[in-house]
Amino acid sequence: MTPSMRNEISTIFEQVLGRPVSITDDTDIVEDLGMDSLGVMNFVMAIEDFYDLSIPLDRVAQIQTVADLMRAVEDLKSGNAA
Amino acid sequence: MTILAKHAGYRQAYDALLAHGVDPLNVEFDSVLSPTEGVLNGQRMILLGTNNYLGLTFDPDCIEKAVEATREQGTGTTGSRVANGTYNGHTLLERAVADFYGRKHAMVFSTGYQANLGVLSTLVGRGDHLMLDADSHASIYDGSRLGMAEVIRFRHNNPDDLYKRLRRLEGVPGDRLIVVEGIYSMLGDTAPLKEFAAVKRETGAYLLVDEAHSLGVLGETGRGLAEAEGVEDDVDFIVGTFSKSLGSVGGFCVSDAADFDIMRIVCRPYMFTASLPPGIVASTIEALKKLRAEPALRANLMRNATQLYDGLSAMGFQTGPEANPIVAVTMPDQETAVVFWKLLLESGLYLNLALPPATPTNACLLRTSVSAAHTTQQIDRALDIFADVGRRLGFLPSDRRRAAGAL
Repeated sequence: MTPSMRNEISTIFEQVLGRPVSITDDTDIVEDLGMDSLGVMNFVMAIEDFYDLSIPLDRVAQIQTVADLMRAVEDLKSGNAA
Repeated sequence: MTILAKHAGYRQAYDALLAHGVDPLNVEFDSVLSPTEGVLNGQRMILLGTNNYLGLTFDPDCIEKAVEATREQGTGTTGSRVANGTYNGHTLLERAVADFYGRKHAMVFSTGYQANLGVLSTLVGRGDHLMLDADSHASIYDGSRLGMAEVIRFRHNNPDDLYKRLRRLEGVPGDRLIVVEGIYSMLGDTAPLKEFAAVKRETGAYLLVDEAHSLGVLGETGRGLAEAEGVEDDVDFIVGTFSKSLGSVGGFCVSDAADFDIMRIVCRPYMFTASLPPGIVASTIEALKKLRAEPALRANLMRNATQLYDGLSAMGFQTGPEANPIVAVTMPDQETAVVFWKLLLESGLYLNLALPPATPTNACLLRTSVSAAHTTQQIDRALDIFADVGRRLGFLPSDRRRAAGAL
């Protein structure tokens, strides 16, 4: 997991939320950033656009922290759907 | 603390609603008098939120058929068709539905919800890809969870976003099934089906359309959006319900797929639940006959829908993108929506208060559904009540309805 990916994700968070955010690997996307289900959906779609991939819904359900998200993106980019 | 304490968040939100002195999720009518009138707390109400599109729930012929079948065959089948057998009515209903759509096969389910559970969990399986519109009905989401296919969500009514996601799957094995709805139940908007059909053709995916709210509403003969858009040949599966335009209960799926009947021994929501009772089957067959024989019902429905949509829009209310029998007014916030809805109810107008998370884009909606059975006077009365409540809440900046003239 690269710092550059964390920066990219941070920028996308800020675009979706419309405010500055400070994230670490352990940031809980729903609890710490106060996102509701619609916010999460919009955020996931923005991530999907940026990295040109689709995160299947069962995979979305497993993502809780920023680290989980980065792992999912890396897995999907490398073609590892597991 | 009980085992249900995990739902405390919902309890809190629900309690906040109840604090307004309303319970929009549990409206208890004293009686329902007709497709367009009921009694609530002793007050006569116009029903403008019951999806009774063709107003057939009190049709004398449908009632007579239901009574006759119940007398002859009993009140229920007491089990599933795989265990207790198929009644002649089930077969006749499936033939009638297949004939109406001009398809080789039809399969009937006990509810529309179960039709989606059954069809979506059976058509695609492990290694396949289910492409869902983000604003899909709960039954579509739940169907996607019952099966083993990978579920990918695309932006609502956005064929380009769907195409992009299918392109990402190039070279990945497995079938692709696209699922869209004819009319979306909250805002009444239709899917851009021609564009979706083009994406389907180009990518080799299958296309399923849920016509729950468009059966009997759209298309020259009432078959729905696929007929209205002239793309029926591109639609591989149509799912729908008997509980709206046909005034009963039950769901169906039609298709020309050669091996469709395998569904009857692998589709669990079809196999492991009681089949439709004879009375329901008989009234549904009769209602479908009416739908086919009386195109005036559809004309009346669209006339009423347009009257309501144009009237509300002219007053300055924020309505959906097109005039359809579902007309939703977007409220600025939940507080206003609840108070507005309560005042409408007190003024004798029943409709649905639709709140997040059940709504797209977290909107707070006053959701109406129009019937062919409404009279022009009832729609006028509904508009007057909206205008009155709107003024009382300082909602209408000016009396624009009057200014808009005799719309």
